Amino acid sequence: MKNSFITRYIKAGDQSIPGISTKPGLSDIMGSVMVRCGINRSKYRVDPGLYAVGSPGPGSDLFVTANYKLTFDTLRKNLSGMDGWILVLDTKGVNVWCAAGKGTFGTKELVDKIKMFSLDKVVDHRRLIVPQLGATGIAAHIVKEQSGFNVRYGPVRASDIRRFIENKYRADREMRKVKFGITDRIKLIPNDFLYGKFFLLGAIVLLLALTGLHRGGLSYKDLPVQAGPVIGKILLGYCGGLVLTPLLLPWLPGRHFSLKGLMSGIIGFLVYMLFIAANDNLVERISWFFIISAISSFLAMNFTGSSTYTSLSGVKKEMKVFIPVQIAFALVGLVLQVTGKFI
Amino acid sequence: MKDLVYLHEVVTLDLNSETCNGCGMCVIVCPHEVFELSGKKAHIIRKDYCMECGACAINCPVQAISVNSGVGCANAVINSAIRKTDPSAGCSDSKCCC
Repeated sequence: MKNSFITRYIKAGDQSIPGISTKPGLSDIMGSVMVRCGINRSKYRVDPGLYAVGSPGPGSDLFVTANYKLTFDTLRKNLSGMDGWILVLDTKGVNVWCAAGKGTFGTKELVDKIKMFSLDKVVDHRRLIVPQLGATGIAAHIVKEQSGFNVRYGPVRASDIRRFIENKYRADREMRKVKFGITDRIKLIPNDFLYGKFFLLGAIVLLLALTGLHRGGLSYKDLPVQAGPVIGKILLGYCGGLVLTPLLLPWLPGRHFSLKGLMSGIIGFLVYMLFIAANDNLVERISWFFIISAISSFLAMNFTGSSTYTSLSGVKKEMKVFIPVQIAFALVGLVLQVTGKFI
Repeated sequence: MKDLVYLHEVVTLDLNSETCNGCGMCVIVCPHEVFELSGKKAHIIRKDYCMECGACAINCPVQAISVNSGVGCANAVINSAIRKTDPSAGCSDSKCCC
C-alpha cells in the first residue's frame, strides 16, 4: 500500500528515480480524509528524495515540496500532464508552511538534498520552483550561493502552478496572497474538534464530579440522568469555540479571537436557555453562562494557531488580556455551580 | 470579501530604508501584501496585515528587515510558560499541534 503512487523507474545519470502517478487513488483520498480528521496525522508521510512526474528530462522543471503526504499528493495531482522532477525534503511529515516556520523546510535541508541527489547533473538549468510559503524557512540568496540553484518562488496554491509556468515563472498578486475563506476554515474544523478531546474530557469529568454534591452530602445516584445534559452544555461551549467561531469568524465582533469566542459562547448559552435549562435553577443557569463562555473563549483563542493571519505578538497580547478573563469566568462559573446545588 | 486583519499596532516588523537595495524579494514572498516597491525601495504599506512569518526577513539579501517570527500558537505559548522552555520545542517533529 505504501508507495503505491510509484509506477516505474526512470534513469537520470547513474540514478534510478521513482516515477509517480499524478492521479490520486482511493487510498490517497481516504488517507486525506483521515488526516483532516486528525487520524494518523504524524505518520502520513512519503520518503524524502527525488521523484519524476511524466517523462522528465534535463530541461524539465524542478519542484520542491515537503514529505507530508497530503502536501505531496496535492502537488502531484496539479502536475498532471506535465513532465517534471519533484524534490521532497524531510520535514518529518509536516506541511510546507509549518515546517518552514520551524526551520525543517529550510535552507540547509534544501541545499543538502540538492547535493545528495546531484541535481546539477539531473537538470541542465538552475531553476528550483519552491512554494511561496516555503519562503519562511528558505533564504533564496544563500541557496544560490551554496548550490548554484536559483529559487523561484511559485504560487501559494498548487492549483496555480500551471498558470505560473505559462506566465514565465511569474506569480501575480492573487497567486501570492494567502486567504482564509470559509472553505479553508471549514477544512480545519474536524481536526481541531478532535484535537481538543482531552480538554473536553477533563471538563466533562470535572463537571460530572460536581453533580454529586447535594445538600445531604455526596451522592451520584442521579448521575445517569444528569450526565446527558451536563455533557450537552459543555459541548455547547466546545462547539462555540471550535465550530461556530471558525465558521462565523469574519462576522463575529472584535478582532481578538477570544472575544469572538465569547460571542459564540453567548450563542451557545442562548441555545442552552432555549432547550436544556428547564430543570436548572437561576444560580445554575448563571453558572452555565460563565462556564460555556469560558470554554468557548479559550478554545477560540487557540484557533489563532490554525489561522493564516494572526501574528505571534498579537496572540501574546490577546492572551495577556483574555486568559485572566477566561480563568475568572471559569472560577465564577464553578463557584456558582457548587452554590446552585445547595440552594 | 475584505482581507481579514488581526490586532492593530502590535507587530514587530521593521524595515531599514537606508539598507534596502530595492531587490523586491520581500514583495514576492509576503503572503499578505505588506510591502510595496516604489522609488527603488521597499516600503511597508499594510503593517497590521503582517503575521510575523519571517519570510521577508530571511529572504532579504542585505538584512534590512527584522521581525520576531516564531511559533504563533497560543498552545505553544502556554506550554512554554508552564514548562519554562522555548515555545518551538517539540515543533520540528510530529508532535506539532497545528
